[in-house]
Amino acid sequence: MARAFGPLLIALVVAFCLAFLPLWVSGYILGLLTTAYYFGVFSMAWDLLFGFANEVNFGPTFLIGLGAYTAGILDSLYQPPIAVCVAAGALAAVLGGVVLALPALRVRGPYFGLTTLVAVLILQNFIVVFADLTGGEIGLTVPDVISVSDKVNYWIALGFMSFSGLVLYGLSRSPVGLILQASGQDAVQAGALGFNVVKHKLASFIVSAFFSGLAGALMVFYLGVASVGTFVDIAVGVQVIVGAVLGGRRTILGGALGAIFLIGAGELLRPLGDLSNFIVSAVALVVVLVFPGGLMGLLGGSREAA
Amino acid sequence: MLGWQILIDGFAISSLYALGATGFTLIFGVTGVLNLSHGGLMVAAAVGAWAAGSYWGFGALASAAVGVGACLILALATYGLIVRRLQLTTKIREEEKEIFILTATLLWGIMIQEAIAYLFTNNAKTVLPIVEGVVELAGVRTPKNELFTALICWIAIAGLWLAVNRSRVGKILLAASMNPRGVTLLGVELSRVYLAVWVIYGALAGVAGVLLGMFLGVSSYSAGPLTASAFSIVVLGGLGSVSGSLIAAYVVGYLETLTAYLISPAYREIPALLLLVIVMYVRPRGLLGRR
Repeated sequence: MARAFGPLLIALVVAFCLAFLPLWVSGYILGLLTTAYYFGVFSMAWDLLFGFANEVNFGPTFLIGLGAYTAGILDSLYQPPIAVCVAAGALAAVLGGVVLALPALRVRGPYFGLTTLVAVLILQNFIVVFADLTGGEIGLTVPDVISVSDKVNYWIALGFMSFSGLVLYGLSRSPVGLILQASGQDAVQAGALGFNVVKHKLASFIVSAFFSGLAGALMVFYLGVASVGTFVDIAVGVQVIVGAVLGGRRTILGGALGAIFLIGAGELLRPLGDLSNFIVSAVALVVVLVFPGGLMGLLGGSREAA
Repeated sequence: MLGWQILIDGFAISSLYALGATGFTLIFGVTGVLNLSHGGLMVAAAVGAWAAGSYWGFGALASAAVGVGACLILALATYGLIVRRLQLTTKIREEEKEIFILTATLLWGIMIQEAIAYLFTNNAKTVLPIVEGVVELAGVRTPKNELFTALICWIAIAGLWLAVNRSRVGKILLAASMNPRGVTLLGVELSRVYLAVWVIYGALAGVAGVLLGMFLGVSSYSAGPLTASAFSIVVLGGLGSVSGSLIAAYVVGYLETLTAYLISPAYREIPALLLLVIVMYVRPRGLLGRR
C-alpha cells in the first residue's frame, strides 16, 4: 500500500505548495500554468486508456473538442449558468467516449488508432462546415468566463487537476485498475479468469472521456474562446500524447508532470520560433528511446519497469 | 465535359495516393511497422527537390533525384536510429513495442516537419515540373504534368509488383512477411531483408513526394494530413495488402474529386472519412485484409 500512496502523497504536497504560487509570481506565469494544468488533465485522462486499457487513442482532442464546443455553443446560444454548460460539455464527451469505444471493442491496435484519428478529422471538418454555429476556423467567442482574475483561474485549474489526478490515480491503483490492465495486456486470458473485459474497457473510456470533456469545457471558460487550433487540431492531440509518454506511461501522475514540462519548455524556447517545436519533439523522442519509463520512471528509479 | 474532368483529375490524384500508400503498406506487411513519419518523409522529398531547383539551380530531373535521395536517407535514418533501436531494446515489453514505435515515429515526423519549417519556412512550395505544357484530352485542357504524374506512379507500382513477384529478393520479402522465423531458418539474414524494405520504401515515398510537389505543391503543414491519408487508404484496403491499398486509393481519390467538383471543395474529405468509419464498423480488416 505504501508503494501506491508514496507518489500520491508527494504529488499532493507539491500541489499544496503550488497553491501558494500566486503570492509570488506574475500573472503571465500563472496564465501559462493554468493552461498547463488543463493539459495535465488531458494527458492523465489519456494515460488511463493508453497505459491501462492498452488502447492508443490518437484522438484525445475528439473528446476534448466535444466537451469544449458543446459547452461553448450552449453558452453562446442560451447563456445558462456556466455550471450547466460545463456539465453538458462533460456529458457530450462521455457520449463521444462511448461512440469511440464501440470500434475499440471490435478492432485492435492500429485499426483502433486510425478510427480515433478519423474521429478527430470528422469533428474538425464539421466544425469548419457548420461555421455559423461553431465560429468555423476563426473560433467561437463565449459570452461568459469563470473569472477575470488570473489567480482565481489558476486555483480552479490547480484544484481541478489535483481532483482529477486523485480520482484517476486512485482508480488506476484500485482492483478495477488491475483488471483493466489485465484486459489491456491479454484480453482473452482476462476474460477466461471471469472478468468482464468489455464492461471494464467501456468504463475506462467513459472515465477518460468525462475528464477530457470536463477539462475542455472548463478551459473554454478560462480562455473565453473555443477554436480548432486550441482544442481539436491533431497537433494539440499530439501534445497531449507526448505529455503522457514523456511523463511516464502507466503512472497517471506522470501525465501532469509531462504536460507541464512540455508547455513550460515550449514557452521558454518560444524565442527560437519553429525550432522550439523541433527541440521539444527531439527531447521527447530521446526520452522515448532511452528512458521508456518517462520522467516518473527517472524520478522513481527502478520502481516499476516500463 | 465535367464527367471527363472528374475522371482525369481523379485518376491522377488517385494514382498519387496509390503510390504514397504502397510503400506504407509494404513496410507494415513485411516488418510490422506503422511509420507515422510517412507524411514528413514525403514532404522532405518534395522540399528537397524544390530547394535543389531554386537554391542551387539544378534542372528538373536532377532536382527530383535530390528529393528522392533526401527521402531515402531520412527513411534509412528512421529505421536505423529509431525503429531498429526500439525493436532491439529489452527495456520495453515485446507486446508494447508497437505503441512505442507509433509514438516515436510520430515524434520523428514532427521533427522533420519542424526542421523543414525552420530551414525553408512553411510557405507552400511547387517543384519544377519535368514536363510542361497542356494537352486537350476529350475536350478537357489537362496539364501534361498531371498525366506524367499518373504514368510515373503506375511505372513505379508495376516495377514494385514485378520486383516482389518475379525476383529472388522479392520472394524473400514475401516470405518474410508471411513467416519471419521460417525465413531465418532458411539462412536469410532478417535484418538485411528489413534494410532492403526500408530502401524500397524510401524510394517509393520519395518519388511520391516529389510528384506531389510538382502536381499540387506541398508545405510543411502537409505532413500530418499526408500521413493520415496514407494511413486511412491502407486501412481501408486492408493493412499489408498492396492490391487492397491500390483499390482503396482509387475509391478515396475519386470520392474526394467527385465531392470537390459536385458539392463543394470544403466538403472534400468528409465522404471518404465517413466511408472509412463505416468500413471499420462493418469489416474491420478492410477491403482485402487478411489479418
